[in-house]
Amino acid sequence: MFWNLPFIAVATLSLIGLATVVTKKNLIKIFLGINIFEAAVNLFLISLGYREGGIAPIFTSAPSTDMVMATPQALTLTSIVIGVATSALLLSFAVIIWKKYGTIDTDQIRRLRE
Amino acid sequence: MNGFLMTNAPALLIMLPLIGAFATPFIGRVSPRVRSAWVLLIMTLTTLTALLLASDVFLNGTQIYVFGAANPDLAIPLDSGGIPIRIIFTVDAMSALMQVIGAITGFAVLLYSISADRIHSGLESFYTLFLLMIAGIMGMVSTGDLFNFFVFLEILSISSAGLIAYRIDGGLAVEAALKYFILSTIGAMVILIGIGIYYGEYNALNIAMIASRMQFTLLDQIALVLIIAALAMKCGSVPMHFWTPDAYSMAPSSITAMLVVASQASLYGLFRVVFTLYNVTLNAMTVGWIIIILGVLSMVVGVTMAIPQKNVKRLMAYHAISQTGYMLLGVGVGLAVLGNQPLMESFGYIAMEGGIFHIINHAMYKGLLFLTAGAIFFRIGTYNLNKMGGLGHSMKYTMIFFIIGALAIAGIPPFNGFASKLMIYESVFAFNPVLAVIAMVVSILTLASFVKVFHSIFMGPKLPEYETVQEAPVPMLIGMGVLAAIVILFGLFPQPVVDGLIAPAAHALADQSGYIAAVLGGA
Amino acid sequence: MMDLFASLSTGTGYWNPLAWLLATVVAAVIVYLIWRRGESGYKKGTIQTTPFISGNPEPDKGMVHIRASNLYWGYLDALKGYYDFIVPAHTGIVNDYVLWYLGVTAALIIVVVVFV
Repeated sequence: MFWNLPFIAVATLSLIGLATVVTKKNLIKIFLGINIFEAAVNLFLISLGYREGGIAPIFTSAPSTDMVMATPQALTLTSIVIGVATSALLLSFAVIIWKKYGTIDTDQIRRLRE
Repeated sequence: MNGFLMTNAPALLIMLPLIGAFATPFIGRVSPRVRSAWVLLIMTLTTLTALLLASDVFLNGTQIYVFGAANPDLAIPLDSGGIPIRIIFTVDAMSALMQVIGAITGFAVLLYSISADRIHSGLESFYTLFLLMIAGIMGMVSTGDLFNFFVFLEILSISSAGLIAYRIDGGLAVEAALKYFILSTIGAMVILIGIGIYYGEYNALNIAMIASRMQFTLLDQIALVLIIAALAMKCGSVPMHFWTPDAYSMAPSSITAMLVVASQASLYGLFRVVFTLYNVTLNAMTVGWIIIILGVLSMVVGVTMAIPQKNVKRLMAYHAISQTGYMLLGVGVGLAVLGNQPLMESFGYIAMEGGIFHIINHAMYKGLLFLTAGAIFFRIGTYNLNKMGGLGHSMKYTMIFFIIGALAIAGIPPFNGFASKLMIYESVFAFNPVLAVIAMVVSILTLASFVKVFHSIFMGPKLPEYETVQEAPVPMLIGMGVLAAIVILFGLFPQPVVDGLIAPAAHALADQSGYIAAVLGGA
Repeated sequence: MMDLFASLSTGTGYWNPLAWLLATVVAAVIVYLIWRRGESGYKKGTIQTTPFISGNPEPDKGMVHIRASNLYWGYLDALKGYYDFIVPAHTGIVNDYVLWYLGVTAALIIVVVVFV
């Protein structure tokens, strides 16, 4: 079971994250759910690169050339940066909505409907 | 010089907007006129590069550009064992068509926006985000690498969210941007899961590489659905369309016209994944019918929700959903008969050409309609149809442009909407008559809804509260005039447009082996 | 140059917008000739040009114009069942939006995996 554990963790985390987004009404909790989902996707990308018995992909004085794949590590870094920008923009939207509407409950933030 | 420009055109296409975007705040400090001139210069250069690249692609076939290689044509490094490891921009005829659409719409919208948005504050950020949107659209449609597509998709959605929330509007615009951005982020993360599945299975991110190695395993099926659902949500197809009316109605009018092009770019991504990545390995009938059902639902729900609306931009946004349904219907019919060459020859290619022709027609007349709504708002300050009336006496040019746009969207000859809708009706009728009947009924309801809008805004006696309303300013009229001229020209001369632009795009989309050969085989 | 004026060929028919324009111009000329035979000896500004509302006084300009919400009353009333379902479905709550999206993704996965 050990080598599938990262993927089971990814599935669990993404279900927790998506369930938070769908059920919670507080805007900050929804953003935390999005962040958990993003962490799950980053974990998925990293664990795709694992090769059995590989070491970190650094060539300088490496003990062996049997390395894990480096490409998903680059993809994950990009995704983490995109996640930071996304969280910053979402939180700034929450600040403005708090100032203008006086509430961050999604049941009240529905002036645009039908 | 000409050779340098030709070989490096794909890279210039994203570099120019990016450099322009990051330089705009500094240049804007000098004066607003210098900033407007700088942004207009960057947009003109981008448009010229896009037209140059498009002419090169339509004459000479698919062009590629490899980032970071010694020679832009060197797709496969000599010591890699046949694997393209760098990020490659693959510009085939369909990409070139989308670039032309993005460039022309961006140019017309910028001409309009220079006078329409002059009253706002904080315009450095506005034009910076606008140029980033252009860079995102150009990157999304040119790239041949899946993760690069995800990055440009995120650039596009973050800058669009910032622009939708631009006018704050007592919190309403921020609410619209919040809903758009939450959905967009979750969709993009799901796309990233799909891309990760492809990487895990085939150890490649390049579209041509994955296409050449594609077998339709269970994981591939799941990845296909994840990406189709996410990109269909991004282009506003029912039942995931709820963000579209909110975002389109609350954004400034110039940005709404660009959001339409952004949705078409996501539609392009959907077609690229389904046609080039999978092609005949997937079950064409099932996936084709899924896209057809999404299209039919979008058409019907879009137009029926549009009729009772009171806000003119919300009404036009529901029509955008409805017209996206036409594109999905046309290309879905083409997909459903993909493996079957005799049926493709008889109506499959015509259906795809109809759908793709509808993409460019829709960007033109929808942009025109949103710009007229913005011009009316500029003069009378409201979007509420119940408060408008009798504006035909004072805003004659705006009324003429609105008539052109409304007749085009309803599919009335001789405008361009009729040409693409005729192709969709006839080919879909050969596939399944019920779908063609639904499409025609939706077209009639579209006409009904725009007759309502026309009567409410322009007809009737001159109302006392609008005595002093004047015509829209001249730069706005020029921006609208560019789009209206294209609407009329594409309507009067449809066959040269189809032969020159659309048929190569449809054939390039359906031809997976040509795409793979351009990246892996030829270079 | 002649193929600039070619007809659009869909797989099963032809459409030539220039032929249509020619027909429209001919029809417009006929309409103009009929219009010219109309009554031209009237005086503007007198009772000959005011609207005739069966002898009732003309209301003010602001009250004559029918507003947008009242225009398609009959159609909206006839389709009341459909509209009573679909308009409340657009709730405006962002959790519902995400639920629709995830629900469609799940349904499509089931359809594609079962019908492969």
